[in-house]
Amino acid sequence: MTLFKGAPAAPAGKSPSVLAGRPARAWAGFAAAAVALFALAPLALSDFRLGLLAKYLCTAMVAVGICLAWGRGGLLTLGQGVFFGLGGYAMAMHLKIADAGPGNLPDFMQLYGTASELPWWWRPFGNPLVALAATVLLPMAVAAVLGSFIFRRRVKGAYFAILSQALAAAFAIWLIGQQATTGGTNGLTDIQGFFGYDLDDPVNQRMVYFVIAAVLLLLIALVRQLIHSRYGELLVAVRDSEERVRFLGYDPANVKLVAYVVAAGTAGLAGALFVPAVGIISPAMIGIVPSIEFVIGAAVGGRASLAGAVLGAIGVAWAKTALSEEFPAAWTYFQGLLFIVALAFLPGGLVSLAGIVRRRRAAATALPSGGAA
Amino acid sequence: MSQLSGLEIRGLRVSFDGFTAVDGVDLDVAPGDLRFLIGPNGAGKTTLVDAVTGLVKAQGSVLFGGAELLGRSVHRIARSGIGRTFQTATVFEGLTVLQNLDIAAGAGRGMLTMLRRRKGVPEPVARALETVGLTDLAHSPAGTLAHGQKQWLEIGMLLVQDVRLLLLDEPVAGMSHDERQATGELLEHISEERTVVVIEHDMDFMRSFARSVSVLHAGRVLSEGTVAEVQADPRVQEVYLGHAAAGDAALGSAGPTLPDEPEPSGGTASGRTGAAVQEV
Ligand SMILES: Nc1ncnc2c1ncn2[C@@H]1O[C@H](COP(=O)(O)OP(=O)(O)OP(=O)(O)O)[C@@H](O)[C@H]1O
Ligand SMILES: [Mg+2]
Repeated sequence: MTLFKGAPAAPAGKSPSVLAGRPARAWAGFAAAAVALFALAPLALSDFRLGLLAKYLCTAMVAVGICLAWGRGGLLTLGQGVFFGLGGYAMAMHLKIADAGPGNLPDFMQLYGTASELPWWWRPFGNPLVALAATVLLPMAVAAVLGSFIFRRRVKGAYFAILSQALAAAFAIWLIGQQATTGGTNGLTDIQGFFGYDLDDPVNQRMVYFVIAAVLLLLIALVRQLIHSRYGELLVAVRDSEERVRFLGYDPANVKLVAYVVAAGTAGLAGALFVPAVGIISPAMIGIVPSIEFVIGAAVGGRASLAGAVLGAIGVAWAKTALSEEFPAAWTYFQGLLFIVALAFLPGGLVSLAGIVRRRRAAATALPSGGAA
Repeated sequence: MSQLSGLEIRGLRVSFDGFTAVDGVDLDVAPGDLRFLIGPNGAGKTTLVDAVTGLVKAQGSVLFGGAELLGRSVHRIARSGIGRTFQTATVFEGLTVLQNLDIAAGAGRGMLTMLRRRKGVPEPVARALETVGLTDLAHSPAGTLAHGQKQWLEIGMLLVQDVRLLLLDEPVAGMSHDERQATGELLEHISEERTVVVIEHDMDFMRSFARSVSVLHAGRVLSEGTVAEVQADPRVQEVYLGHAAAGDAALGSAGPTLPDEPEPSGGTASGRTGAAVQEV
């Protein structure tokens, strides 16, 4: 029954939903990404460049999670280095144990000579399956504990961001302090093998690249499904008006927690795959600065859009390599400037430019003809 | 539809840093009532609703369908079947009308349903779209709706939420006469199956649709009863008009927004709109 017979008709009749996934376009984008990653890049790039790309793709995995948590959920995750580090160290610990061989201590422990046997908390990582699971589950578990504490206490906005930063700093400082068991400032370095494959062999390096590319695509598909699910819609609602969501009978803390935990999982996986790609993990790669860098890529590309966040992360990581070789001092400032410009003037990131241009053009063509759509 | 439930408030008290906004309110809303809550600005109407819905801490007792609400968290109170709107319409501006309604309908959904995509339009959502007249706008972002349409969307959200008690804070503020009329009829229709409490400043709207009225003043219930009883209460006239004697003179003119509304016989109507009330 309609009570509002005379309900005024607003102009927009069948404009597509703002969030409606366009499956055709998504598939096309996905296919293009697959071709680029699996065919074009390996053909066009030298081994060295492909290795760099593998590193950038790891950054992009972190950005996939940031897109969900920050872009969709409004959680400014400025401490993803913690989860990246947990995944990275979990993987590196296993690889160090494997490199050392049965019964031997990892090289750096022998060097310091403080430990006569493997510390108890290293031991589980000797098992490859446990270590692999830990790269994802450990960050997720830590995020679940932290998150339920943070979100139940309704820590939000800048406070959440600052807290995330502080955690990243604390984690890095703790690692540095545990020289004998974590390698301290140096981190876990000089990793030789990856589940039996020699990482010095370019063929195996390529294999690592392909694994990373495949995992990235998988994560994109997974998070895309989340974004377009009912949960994804609810997450945006929580971002836009948490209080209102509460009055509908949801607990926003749980909604945010899921996004936070998933983002931690992608960061953990990224850290884990970063280790065989680069051969090292150290506190300098997980502290405050790298944590901010993870976010900058997503912000510049467009944090609310998966394509934007991923391309932004790759682009900024690439620019960092290119520019910091030429102007090492200027890069930090340039990066900061990039972040501020993106946040202040282009909150939708570079991908939103396409939409703006399209709308302008549509408006321009619609006007003279009388606006028939 | 679940069975009707009423509201039973006893000795409700809300203080903000020493200032008591709700000062010992006793209020009974019968199941299926269409109760209007009126009173001058700052009377404590919104604060009362805030207390019932768990937004502010309160002392006393609020029973809904026999169960105590005070001390429960906002989302649990919502889940027990109480929905509210806000003085300024709050919808999820970035989501479509359809998405707004689908979210409102979904607090009880399981994990698996949540992780899947919404396929089509769920039946209750379609019905609510129809009821509040927003079917054609289902795919428009809620942020682009006109003011009145946002308020209807909010009411639609309460319908799909399937609450047994609706608490509406000034639902017709800023609406045209026709829109008010339509909204009033909608509320009458809703109250056949649910209990409705409406906070309003518009006295003509109240006269047309209230089944019972409570007048709040300075945090207390000043008067209660049918529209006629409340209007005849000298204390109410005192609060709204300064003093009763001046009342009769002022009551001759109807509210400026409703020229075609017939004056009720008896001449005791306090035909005042929000603007007039603010002078008190
Ligand atoms: N969070 C708060 N902190 C301090 N004082 C508050 C708070 N909320 C409301 N008040 C005060 O409590 C009193 C009651 O406010 P309330 O909003 O409930 O009035 P109302 O009857 O809804 O008025 P209106 O018709 O203007 O909406 C007012 O004096 C207001 O200033
Ligand atoms: Mg109010």
